Amino acid sequence: MEVSRLRQEGPYRWVMDPVGAMRTRGVIYGDADLLGEMDERVLEQLANVASLPGIVGPAYAMPDAHWGYGFPIGGVAAFDPEAGGVVSAGGVGFDISCGVRTLHTGVTAADLAGREDALADQLFHRIPAGVGSRGKIHLSAAEMDDMLAGGARWAVGEGYGHPHDLNRTEELGQMAGADPEQVSDKAKQRQKDEMGTLGSGNHYLEIQQVAAIHDAETAAGFGLHEGDLLATIHCGSRGLGHQIGSEALKSMARSASKHGIDLPDNELACAPLTSAEGQAYLGAMRGAINCALANRQIITHLTRQAFADVLPEANLNLLYDVSHNTCKEETHKVDGAERRLFVHRKGATRALEAGSTNLTPALRGVGQPVLIGGTMGTASYILVGMAGNDARSFGSSCHGAGRRMSRNQARKQWRGEEVLRELRDRGMRVRSPSMRGVAEEAPEAYKAVEQVVEAAEASGLSQRVVRLVPRITIKG
Amino acid sequence: MTTSGWQHFEHQADIGLRAWGPDLGAALEQAGLALTAVITEPQRVVGREEVALSCAADDPEFLLVEWLDTLIYAMAIRRMLFAGFEVAISGAGGTYHLTATVLGEPVDRDRHQPAVEVKGATLTGLRAERGDGGWLLECVVDV
Repeated sequence: MEVSRLRQEGPYRWVMDPVGAMRTRGVIYGDADLLGEMDERVLEQLANVASLPGIVGPAYAMPDAHWGYGFPIGGVAAFDPEAGGVVSAGGVGFDISCGVRTLHTGVTAADLAGREDALADQLFHRIPAGVGSRGKIHLSAAEMDDMLAGGARWAVGEGYGHPHDLNRTEELGQMAGADPEQVSDKAKQRQKDEMGTLGSGNHYLEIQQVAAIHDAETAAGFGLHEGDLLATIHCGSRGLGHQIGSEALKSMARSASKHGIDLPDNELACAPLTSAEGQAYLGAMRGAINCALANRQIITHLTRQAFADVLPEANLNLLYDVSHNTCKEETHKVDGAERRLFVHRKGATRALEAGSTNLTPALRGVGQPVLIGGTMGTASYILVGMAGNDARSFGSSCHGAGRRMSRNQARKQWRGEEVLRELRDRGMRVRSPSMRGVAEEAPEAYKAVEQVVEAAEASGLSQRVVRLVPRITIKG
Repeated sequence: MTTSGWQHFEHQADIGLRAWGPDLGAALEQAGLALTAVITEPQRVVGREEVALSCAADDPEFLLVEWLDTLIYAMAIRRMLFAGFEVAISGAGGTYHLTATVLGEPVDRDRHQPAVEVKGATLTGLRAERGDGGWLLECVVDV
């Protein structure tokens, strides 16, 4: 991206002043190097988001922003229903409520020694992963509706996990306002055999070791110590969310003109929040959020079973579960007044500061863990929302590094077997049903996550707490 | 450029499909192959089972999206991959109707080594253009 098109307000804050149809500014966080590497189309997409009706505050791009579809990946934008604001299916994406969940295991990396392969095999055996996999849970029509309304709370009620898991899950495990009747039969059909499945692509389950502490006080607040072993799950609402996204995208693109909305890009497909169509999408999307929360809760249960087989001394307790593809109704202070806004985060995670009323009570004293996924050969990070971030980005941050190389390029460059061998030589176990998938997910196909998290910290979005390195990765 | 064919084009996070053919049906058949190639090498898929599919749209661009979404849905609920496509298009009242017979088989993870699920067809960079040599289609799919 040509940074000379932007006005620099600080070392890590760049402003695109309104031009053309833009109703507000675009703000991009990152250093000059990160912005220089961003595709020019990030700016174009950010300008398009800034032109949507009812937008409040700037349209934001996080330090890991990259060219997406409609919204940039790493895009954040808030809308006021009373000002004609919209909800955008393209602003949430296909993998609704894709997110990350991290658990303490109660054991250390030293405890794992000699049992790495056994644990990797058990996890791979118990957790369905990859294209064509099915879960062991098959939902009836009534159970499907209960799951869509109940989320992780439904899953715990069905015996998948502990009630205290819910205290460490966004929305306390159950997104309010879900309307199963707005979820199509096709979406339900696509999901009925997919509960408790990991998916494919960049989704994973990883056993990680705390390799470095950056912020001792917050790490203590999160209960994290050097050498601790953690389990992290990255997946979303599976086929149900993909189907809801696909259907809403087409429907909203066709009907936008009826609402007087001139779409600069069809992928920004949206409907007024107060319209019947907007309300129907919100009801279905919230069902998909519950589906994702239930899915990660079930995988948590399966992970506990695998640990019980191999490391019976382990005790898995949830640190936090946060989604990064959502639209949520939140309270934010804008120009000194509190307003109820619908905040879209597409490939952007919440990063709520200590004291935020949007944050689950169990973490209000210390701040929200911001879970940043890396690759199966490099590092992941846990950060915490920084004071003042609500005013900087509606309490948001980056969600990962983003790809440096396309899947086709990666496949030409590496063979899956070689990637596995090299990682094993470095003490990392990977299990996957697809060597092609492993090649496409090779660590070097992703950008360095360090630069992104450093920029997030320098931008005042979220502060590094611990660095994690992978020990075992289950890929779809 | 040959009469019919497909290729992928680069999109930073996802994958672009480009397909062409002498008529819209032939180009859509190539788009089906390009979609399968996101997941696995199409030559690894044996067309041992036949599935009938249909969809409709008001214009060729949305027909491309509906066709890809129809294939994505069929692959997901049937746990199948497809490598043979016979597409027929008919038009009535300003609507394009597509009927298709697709050939494929259940996913065999060892043989197919499927890399990634396709979540849906996006509307970004969507193209369906008729030129002198036939139809050219482009669509980015989310993976």
